[in-house]
Amino acid sequence: MATVLAPNQPLPAHEQKKGLARWISSTNHKEIGTLYLVTGLAMFFVGGAMALLIRLELFQPGLQFMQPEFFNQLAALHALVMIFGAVTPALIGFSNWMLPLMLGAPDMAFPRLNNMSFWLIPPAALLLMASFFVPGGAVAAGWTLYPPLSIQMGPGLDMAIFAVHLLGISSIAGAINIIVTILNMRAPGMTLMKMPMFAWVWLVTAYLLIMIMPVLAVAVTLLLFDRHFGTHFFNAAGGGDPVLFQHIFWFFGHPEVYVLILPVFGMISTIIPTFARKPLFGYRGMVSATLVIAFLSMAVWAHHMFTVGMPAGAQVFFMYSTMLIAVPTGMKVFTWLATMWRGSLTFETPMLFAVGFIFVFVAGGVTGVILAVAAVDVQLQDTYFVVAHFHYTMVAGTLFGIFAATYYWLPKMTGHMYDEKLGQWHFWLTMIFFNMTFFIQHFLGMAGMPRRIPDYPLQFAEFNMISSIGAFGFGFSQLLFVYIVVKCIRGGPKATGQVWDGAQGLEWTVPSPAPLHTFETPPRVA
Amino acid sequence: MTTLSNDLEAGRYFVPVPSRWPIRSAVALLFLVAGAALWLNRGGSGPYVLGIGLAALVLILFGWFSDVSGEGAQYNSQVDRSIRWGMAWLIVSEVMVFAGLFGALFYLREISVPDLAAGGRSADLWPGFAGGWPVTGPGLPGDLKAMQAKGAPTINTIMLLCSGAAITWAHHAAERGRRAQLVLALFVTLALGTAFLYNQSQEYRHAITALHLTLSQGAYGGTFYVLTGLHGVHVAVGATMVAVMLIRALMGRITPHGHLGFDMVTWYWHFVGIVWLLLFVIVYVI
Repeated sequence: MATVLAPNQPLPAHEQKKGLARWISSTNHKEIGTLYLVTGLAMFFVGGAMALLIRLELFQPGLQFMQPEFFNQLAALHALVMIFGAVTPALIGFSNWMLPLMLGAPDMAFPRLNNMSFWLIPPAALLLMASFFVPGGAVAAGWTLYPPLSIQMGPGLDMAIFAVHLLGISSIAGAINIIVTILNMRAPGMTLMKMPMFAWVWLVTAYLLIMIMPVLAVAVTLLLFDRHFGTHFFNAAGGGDPVLFQHIFWFFGHPEVYVLILPVFGMISTIIPTFARKPLFGYRGMVSATLVIAFLSMAVWAHHMFTVGMPAGAQVFFMYSTMLIAVPTGMKVFTWLATMWRGSLTFETPMLFAVGFIFVFVAGGVTGVILAVAAVDVQLQDTYFVVAHFHYTMVAGTLFGIFAATYYWLPKMTGHMYDEKLGQWHFWLTMIFFNMTFFIQHFLGMAGMPRRIPDYPLQFAEFNMISSIGAFGFGFSQLLFVYIVVKCIRGGPKATGQVWDGAQGLEWTVPSPAPLHTFETPPRVA
Repeated sequence: MTTLSNDLEAGRYFVPVPSRWPIRSAVALLFLVAGAALWLNRGGSGPYVLGIGLAALVLILFGWFSDVSGEGAQYNSQVDRSIRWGMAWLIVSEVMVFAGLFGALFYLREISVPDLAAGGRSADLWPGFAGGWPVTGPGLPGDLKAMQAKGAPTINTIMLLCSGAAITWAHHAAERGRRAQLVLALFVTLALGTAFLYNQSQEYRHAITALHLTLSQGAYGGTFYVLTGLHGVHVAVGATMVAVMLIRALMGRITPHGHLGFDMVTWYWHFVGIVWLLLFVIVYVI
C-alpha cells in the first residue's frame, strides 16, 4: 500500500487486483463509479420495495397490512433510502465515470478519498436498515426528522442521525473531489467555458453540496444534543423553537433538491444535442442559468414552511424568490427545445427518456410554481399534491435523467449496445405507469388527502387504487431495466468508440469499453 | 512545492495505487457511530464498541498519513494545486458548520426568545417571561449570569492571535530554510494552542462550579457550550497537526521546497483563529 510510483514511471495499467480486493481498495474512477452505480441500483429496489408496501397499504381504505407506526417508518425510510442511497450514489457514479473522461483527466483528483466517499455509504445504509429491528423501530418522523416528534423517538432515530453524519462525510469528500477535479484536472486548452455542460453542472452541484451538507450535520447534531444532552434548541421551555430545526433543515433541504436535479440537467444537455445532431443551443445561457439556480436555491428554503407561522413579509419574500427560480429553469427547457428545433432527430432510448424528462419535469416545475404561492400552499401543504409535485421532479426528473444517462453511456462502459427494443419498452412502461401512479395524486391532494397517513376516507378509494396499480406496474417495469443492463454487460452487439454518430466530447475518443486507465497523458483541446 | 516541470509536460498526474486505508476508515467510523448510538441508549457494550472504533480510526489515520507524507516527491505542481484546492474547500465546509451554529444562536437570541416574551399567546403559556439575554428560557428555573469577556476569554483571544503570528513566523522560517527558527516558532504556536485549551477548560470549570451554567440551561447554556466546545475541538485538532509539524521540523522533513502539509496546517490554524475572533465578539462581547 505504501508503494508509490516514481515520477515518469508508467501507471500500472494492468497490474490489477482480483476479486473482492479489487473493489474494496480501488483507486480507479471507473471502478469506483461502477460501485456507486451498482449500489444506487440496489438501493433503488430497497427503497422501491418500501414504496410498494406503502402503496399496498393505501390500495384500499382501512388498515389491511400494517400498523400506522410501521407505515410511518416505511415513509421515512423510503425517502432517506431513495435520496441518499439510490439517487445520489447513481448521480455521483456517473460523475465518477464520466468527468475524468470528459475533461481528459487520468482520474479524479483524490482517488483514495474517492474510494472512502463510496465506502461510507454501505455502513450508513446498514445503520438505516438495522434501525428497523431496534426497540421502537426505524425513524417514523418523516425524512425531515422534525422535532418535537423526532426528539421523542427511540434508538432508531439516533441511528438515522449517525447514518446522516456518515453520508455527510461521504458527500462532502465526494464534492471536494469533484470540484477539484473540474477546477484543476482539465486537459490543457479546455477553459471553463469550453467544458462540457455535464462538468459545469457538477461544478455547481459540488459547490452546493459543500455549502449545505455541513448545515444538515448541524441540524441533526443539535437534534442529538436535544435528545441526549439536555439542551433546548428545539424546545420552547428552554427558549428554543422547533421551527429553528425546520429553518436549518430546509437551508440544507432545498438546495439538496437542486443537488439532485442539476446533474440531470447536465445529462439532458449532453444527450439532446447528440440525438438532434446539433450543438447545444445557448451554451452561455445554460451556464448562467445553472449559476442563477444555485444562487437562488439558497434563498428559498422557507417555502417549505409557509404554514408554521412566519411573518407575512417573510412569506412574500420566499414566495417571490421561489417563483424566480422558474425563470432560469424555464431558460433551460427552452434551450433544450431550441436545440431540438430543426435538428435531425432520432429517438433511441436515451433520447426518449430525455424528451420524456422534459415533458414530465415541466409538469413538476409548474406544480412547484403553484405551491410557491403562499396563499395556495396553505391549502396544499402536506397533501398528496405535494407528494405528486416532488415525485414529478424526483422520479420523472432525476430518475428519468439517470435512465437516459444509463442508456447513453452504457455502451461506453460495457463495450456492448443495449437491447434497443427492450429499452423502448422500458421507457414506455415507465412513462405510462409513472403518470398513472402520480398524476392522479394531484387530484387527491387538491381534494384534501393528507400525506404520510396509512388510512383515508372512502371518497379517495378509486384514485388510490389506480395509483397503487400504477405503482406496482412502475416497480415491476424496473426489473426489465435490470435485465437490460445485465444483458448489456454480458454481451450484445459490439459498440464502436463513437457509439452515437452525433456525440461530441472526449469520452467518445476512447475505445468502448473504456480501458481501465484513460488519458494518462492529457489530450490537447483546441 | 515540488515542481517537476518535466513531469507536468509529460502530463503525468500522480494516481495512487490501490489502498485499503479508505475502507478501513469507513469500518472504523461504523464502529464509532454504532458504539455511540448504543451508548446513548444505555447499551452496555456501547463504550467498548465506540472505543474500538476510535482507537482503530486513530491508528488508521496515523498509517494513512504516514503513507501520504512519503509521497511528496511524486507530486507535480498540478497535484500540489489539487491539494490546496481540496483543503480550501474543506475549510469552506467547516465555515458552513460554524455558520449554521451562529445562525442557530442568532435565531434563538433575536427571534425565538423575544417571541416567547412578546405576550400574546406565549403570555398565556409563560406568564411573566421577560426574555432578554442571557436567558435559560421560560420553562426553566434560575437566572443566569453572562459569561464575561474579561479574564480568560480575552487572554485566550490574545493567545490565539499571537499563535497565528507565531505560525506565520514559522512559515517564513520554513521558506527561508531556517530550521532553528522554524522549530522555535512551531513550539511557541503549540504552547499557545495548548495554553488556550487549558484556559478554556478552566473557564468551563468556573462556569460549571461558580456560575452553575450547564449545557442543559436553555438557550444560553446550549449555544455557549456547543459553539465554544466545537471550536475547542477544532483547536485540539489544529494543535495536534502543529505538534506533528513540530516533530517533522525536528526531523528535518520540512524544507523550503517541500512543506505542502505544513502550508495546509497553517491555513487550518488561521481558520481556527478567525472563528475564535467571531466567537469572542458574538458569544462573549455582544
